[in-house]
Amino acid sequence: MGAFSLPQFLAKLRGGLVSPMALHRMGVLGMNARNINYIARYNDRDKYPIVDDKLSTKRAAKRSGIPTPELIAAFETQPSRSQVLKVIEPLWQFVVKPARGSGGKGILVVVGRDGDKYRKPSGAEVTAQDILRHVSNITSGLYSLGGKPDRVMVEALVDFDPVFDNYSFEGVPDIRVIVFRGFPVMAMLRCSTHDSDGKANLHQGAVGVGIDLATGRSCHAVQRGLRINRHPDTEMPFGKLQVPGWRDLVRLAASCYEMTGLGYLGCDIVLDRRRGPLLLEANARPGLAIQVANGVGLAGRLQHIERFDLEQLEKNVEERVSYSMRQFAASRTLR
Amino acid sequence: MSPRAQVYILAALLALMGAGLTIYKNRDLGFPLLPGEYRTVWTIEAKVRFTADGDPVKAALTLPREQRNMQVLNESFSSSGYGFNVISEDDEHRAVWSRRSATGPQSLFYQLDVHQTPGAPLEQPLDLSTGVEKPFLGAREQEAVRQAIYSLVDTARERSADVETLTTQLLTALGDPRNQDRNLIFGYYKDRSLVDVALLVLAVADIPAHRIRGLYLEDDRRRLDPEDLLEVYDGKRWVVFEPHSGSPGVPENFFIWQRGGKSLLDVEGGRNSRVTFSVISNDVPAREVSMLSTSREKEALVDFSIYSLPIEQQSIFKLILLVPVGALVVVLLRVFVGLRTSGTFMPVLLAIAFIETRLFTGLSIFVLILILGLWVRFYLSRLNLLLVSRIAAVVVTVVILMGAISVVSYKLGIEQALTVTFFPMIILAWTIERMSIVWEEDGPYEVVVQAGGSLLVAVLAWWVMTNHYVEHWTFNFPELLLVLLGLILVIGNYTGYRLAELMRFRQLVK
Repeated sequence: MGAFSLPQFLAKLRGGLVSPMALHRMGVLGMNARNINYIARYNDRDKYPIVDDKLSTKRAAKRSGIPTPELIAAFETQPSRSQVLKVIEPLWQFVVKPARGSGGKGILVVVGRDGDKYRKPSGAEVTAQDILRHVSNITSGLYSLGGKPDRVMVEALVDFDPVFDNYSFEGVPDIRVIVFRGFPVMAMLRCSTHDSDGKANLHQGAVGVGIDLATGRSCHAVQRGLRINRHPDTEMPFGKLQVPGWRDLVRLAASCYEMTGLGYLGCDIVLDRRRGPLLLEANARPGLAIQVANGVGLAGRLQHIERFDLEQLEKNVEERVSYSMRQFAASRTLR
Repeated sequence: MSPRAQVYILAALLALMGAGLTIYKNRDLGFPLLPGEYRTVWTIEAKVRFTADGDPVKAALTLPREQRNMQVLNESFSSSGYGFNVISEDDEHRAVWSRRSATGPQSLFYQLDVHQTPGAPLEQPLDLSTGVEKPFLGAREQEAVRQAIYSLVDTARERSADVETLTTQLLTALGDPRNQDRNLIFGYYKDRSLVDVALLVLAVADIPAHRIRGLYLEDDRRRLDPEDLLEVYDGKRWVVFEPHSGSPGVPENFFIWQRGGKSLLDVEGGRNSRVTFSVISNDVPAREVSMLSTSREKEALVDFSIYSLPIEQQSIFKLILLVPVGALVVVLLRVFVGLRTSGTFMPVLLAIAFIETRLFTGLSIFVLILILGLWVRFYLSRLNLLLVSRIAAVVVTVVILMGAISVVSYKLGIEQALTVTFFPMIILAWTIERMSIVWEEDGPYEVVVQAGGSLLVAVLAWWVMTNHYVEHWTFNFPELLLVLLGLILVIGNYTGYRLAELMRFRQLVK
């Protein structure tokens, strides 16, 4: 046994924990502070239905001229077997999702067909029977918050822009932008991996790639809390990643503020090969993993905007996008 | 006012109100702050005996007045075949037993429970006659005794400054067997007690005085005769003297039965009447003593509370009152630690089940039902059922599993597992349903994390809820719930980091 050293002992005792003071200095936003200072303060309860129900989101987006994936059919109540079959029969690729699913639950993606078999992105095959059951599960409220009866949406599969092909394994790469009072403040790309089983959830092993708001280039990438430079499955270096049409994407995110009226908002956006950025869904309670992906705390940026006067807050979308891209540029990129 | 300030003010008000009520109940009503406090309760039984001759009988026993430092908790009378009532005359309560005719030895009982509280024993001023009736000592044969009494009084008066010291001097002299005057007096009044003689002497000395009858409360005493104290008026107030020691003040443990006044017992139509006392002490939980003493006074706080419910409902409330504590544990663990659980307050319900089943039985039954239920649920999911029917099917499965567990374990001789019925079935079924979704969506690892988190919270909640002190406080001081509510409100305002976040965001610091 060596000499007893108090700091060393404390460090050991603390294990992987960092001090709350250090987090505070870094401007990291915690869950409690997010709930009280941002969600409760800036998101009016009566505006939640617009984002909690994806059919409403779609309708609102249409009114505001925000592009979304094409809706093929929606079932308000438990559809009959023939109704569902009539909808999916002529389709080769489609997505079945609950209108009020939370956390990406209950989304069934079909990427191809082989006679009666429908192929999922993982290569697994499901039958029409399975799809019918899935629809029935959704309508009974299995995936909705509190088990309320839900509606089913059948959407066209997004024709993903091939720019991300090598950055995602089996899954859907989407870009999450946090918009605070209309100003985009942070963005990340979520890449699924073999480890995450095709899912884009960071805590399940997906890669979170911080995207520089100014340029659309990656500035930081993290998997399971560790910094990485290449995609673990495809070995593609993230340094080469550049989101095409970045300003359009940021503008789309910023215009979601007018569409939803929510002050603290997370927009999930995908890139379609032909149509460009499409709004997948909006979220009134966006998670905090984006800070880990970017390696930067959110609190500083949010406080910066909280200090704005009325005149600054009344800027239009274009002005806000320009301001954010200038103000919240990453200090360095992964190049 | 900002919502935050409102929360703090509201929480402070709630906490003050709860704490105030608690202190009031502890201080004024005597509810014990700590569990396991016992108070001594004396059970005193007066037995009236006499021989009846077949004539109409009437027996009257003076009942004890309420002594200030003795709380009467309960009293009962027993007298088979006798009519009974309590009459009050001249500030005195008397129990009167009556019967048209009785023969042979008769026994009547009066029993009361008293509890000694701190404070002065007697009320001042007392509205008692301060007149002195001079005894007649003029007869010829009383010459010697008269001289002795006068000499005793003169000596005492010389050696004293006021009534109090004079009384002490007189009593000391009367207790001194070497004192010639004293021996002469007692020689003349052979059948008189010390107090009788003392009263006589005091009357000669022109000091108003009377007798106090009572008992020394000592455990396990039977067939006691009442003992006497002397009470003397010093011109302003009444002072009690213990006759044998001559010291002023009511002795500790002395229970005053009758102060001044008439006889203790009057019997008409009987002979050889006598009253004897027996005393036992019981150690009774402090709460029961408070309950008894407050229920007599109809204390609103107690009368309109859960204590007024029947015992069976009270025991249900004992459990219900623990739920907020469990909720507080959940709040703490979620807000400060950031544990993930399946269903926000499901762990509290689990914890309540654990209270009934004991921890290890409860844990093993829960895990067993969860595993079996998940297994059945996976099969059900292949059957293409509607959600409601599927969950109902899981509920039925859970019930069958519970029945099976009970029967099998009973046959095996494990009685503990019979408590399985305390598990909330619907909650279990929903838990199974949620877990199976989590399994399908996020994999078995997430199931283990969430089930483990729920169990951890449930065990912690169980641990707090079964705490001796917590149980005592929630049941005896339900107003502490207001304090708890205030605390929860304040926690609801916490914007700092969670413990789990110190881990989650650690890369950001490096």
